[in-house]
Amino acid sequence: MAAEATPVQERFGPYGGRFVPEVLMSVLDELSAAWSQARVDDAFQGELTRLLRDYVGRPTPLWAAERLSERVGRRVYLKREDLAHTGAHKINNAVGQALLAKRMGKQRVIAETGAGQHGVATATACALMGLECAVYMGSEDTRRQRPNVDRMKLLGAEVVPVEAGARTLKEAVSAAIRDWVASSATTHYVIGSAVGPAPYPALVRDLQRVIGDEARSQALEAEGNLPKRVIACVGGGSNAIGTFTAFLDDPVELIGVEAAGEGLDSGRHGASLAAGATGVLHGAFSAVLADEQGQILEAHSVSAGLDYPGVGPEHAHLRDSGRATYVAVTDVDALHAFRELCRLEGIVPALEPSHAIAWLLENPGKGDGFDILTLSGRGDKDLDEALAKLDELDG
Amino acid sequence: MADQEAATAAATGEQRILDAFAAARAQGRAALMPYMMGGFPDQATATVIARAYSESGADLIELGVPYSDPLADGPVIHAAGTTALAAGATLESALETCAAVSGDVPVVLMAYANMLLAVGPERFASDAAAAGAAGVIVPDLPIDEAGEIGEALIGAGLALVPLLAPSTPPERRAEICSRGQGFVYVVSTAGTTGERDELPGGLAELVRAAQGDAAVPVAVGFGIGTPEQAASVGEVADGVIIGSRLVRAVSDAPDAEAAAAAVSEFLRATGDALKG
Repeated sequence: MAAEATPVQERFGPYGGRFVPEVLMSVLDELSAAWSQARVDDAFQGELTRLLRDYVGRPTPLWAAERLSERVGRRVYLKREDLAHTGAHKINNAVGQALLAKRMGKQRVIAETGAGQHGVATATACALMGLECAVYMGSEDTRRQRPNVDRMKLLGAEVVPVEAGARTLKEAVSAAIRDWVASSATTHYVIGSAVGPAPYPALVRDLQRVIGDEARSQALEAEGNLPKRVIACVGGGSNAIGTFTAFLDDPVELIGVEAAGEGLDSGRHGASLAAGATGVLHGAFSAVLADEQGQILEAHSVSAGLDYPGVGPEHAHLRDSGRATYVAVTDVDALHAFRELCRLEGIVPALEPSHAIAWLLENPGKGDGFDILTLSGRGDKDLDEALAKLDELDG
Repeated sequence: MADQEAATAAATGEQRILDAFAAARAQGRAALMPYMMGGFPDQATATVIARAYSESGADLIELGVPYSDPLADGPVIHAAGTTALAAGATLESALETCAAVSGDVPVVLMAYANMLLAVGPERFASDAAAAGAAGVIVPDLPIDEAGEIGEALIGAGLALVPLLAPSTPPERRAEICSRGQGFVYVVSTAGTTGERDELPGGLAELVRAAQGDAAVPVAVGFGIGTPEQAASVGEVADGVIIGSRLVRAVSDAPDAEAAAAAVSEFLRATGDALKG
């Protein structure tokens, strides 16, 4: 029996909302209503569950990382989103939103991408469902992430280089929103993280919460108990909110790890929560990197997925309420952790979750129990960048 | 005369906007409201452009405060904002330009929500009022979010001009129009700012519906790039807003003098076309 449809959450404490041009208000209402219905529709949920299981490869394993556990002195489980189809958690959201686009009768899908993981996931879901797909990507990123550009094109997507500003993720999101302002009657915008105007932060959270739901029941099965700490990296914050949501009512410490880049004092970082201001970016009121006049600043991180000057509004609320703690890890520490996990576990992590690994290595848990860390994606995409940087560091 | 000046100084921003529309209507035409980007391409040129607008038939001036992430703007205005910021433009420098012409013509600022929130809505409002601004358009602030920002602007005697889109449903349109201060800004087409070859069908119906709902004038912007288009819109709308076409003219000009000449020529031609 289907549950009652309830409104999709628009605010998280004072954060969230819809700071968008008027022309988008009606399509956001339409999307909100569609998601409110779809998420309690048995047929929709049945199809989504089937796709996640048979196509994406869920549930992903919860891996008892023994050598890493020995190294930090307490048991650590890795939630293996790197083993999901296309190599990252992004596919959970892309498949769900593409399915929603079909349900809404929209034949064209647009997306933004930074490193290319969300773009590849969206292009993949569109190929699977026969939808037209255009992906906006800063021209600096199309240069840095050539293999993912080729992958998206191979999957049948159009890759649109964005020349504005610093030519990276922030501009790609803006360009996608501008496309949508003009095309929303026929086009669905698949945003890649738990950011943007309502209902996106809640929509993306709902589609990513499968990570935490699985991890929680896998942990209970393996340990007969809940973890002490749950750790995830935070850029826009979709893998973190997807992980945290299942544990919000549990006595479990939640830790989000942002990018400290070259250091929080350097001004070159991506830590909106740990060191940012409060303001509006891409349609939501949240934590942002901005100057005293409100101009949005460029973020910096060795990891393209954390290289974003905003963050999902629910994280800002969880920070303020004290329910979750947000910390930041530098490029250098993340790079060392990247290599360490390869050698300890035979797993090449993406640079994004390498930040979470680095924090864990520096802050081992004390006493009994165990920790869960979400390994949000695999590191193949980062090899060139990471190896070059590690060579520099090793001198 | 002195009494009249005192009355003008004391008038609220909204009243000055309404008076400007009424004066145009008394001449049997729509009001002409050119847009310019503050600090573009540099501060000195921007002030020259503002004066050129004022002297070439502008009934009101819409002055954009440059912003790093202007979601409602197309490529021409976005690029102009980026150039202005790189040249050192700030809210203060945009307000200097405002102050230079606000005694001659009502100035409506266009600023994105984050800029108002960053300096604080009350300080933004009092600084804007001190520079003689008559109203503010916040293109990413739908009525649902207006709250604190709206109160601060109104408290400082500024009009908060709302936007209306072709996609806005009738009930919401009525709600937006009923809250409209100074004028209601109808976005002619689903899209960002920028010139278009043809104006959309249904625009006249939208404008008439808005005029029916609103107690204030209704102006149309987005996509108007020729005097003929302006005249065509001016047959139904109370005001015509021209942005990207003029910003492009400034962008293409070799220097401030040439830029002023280009925008003046365009505005005079548009003014003539509006008179029919």
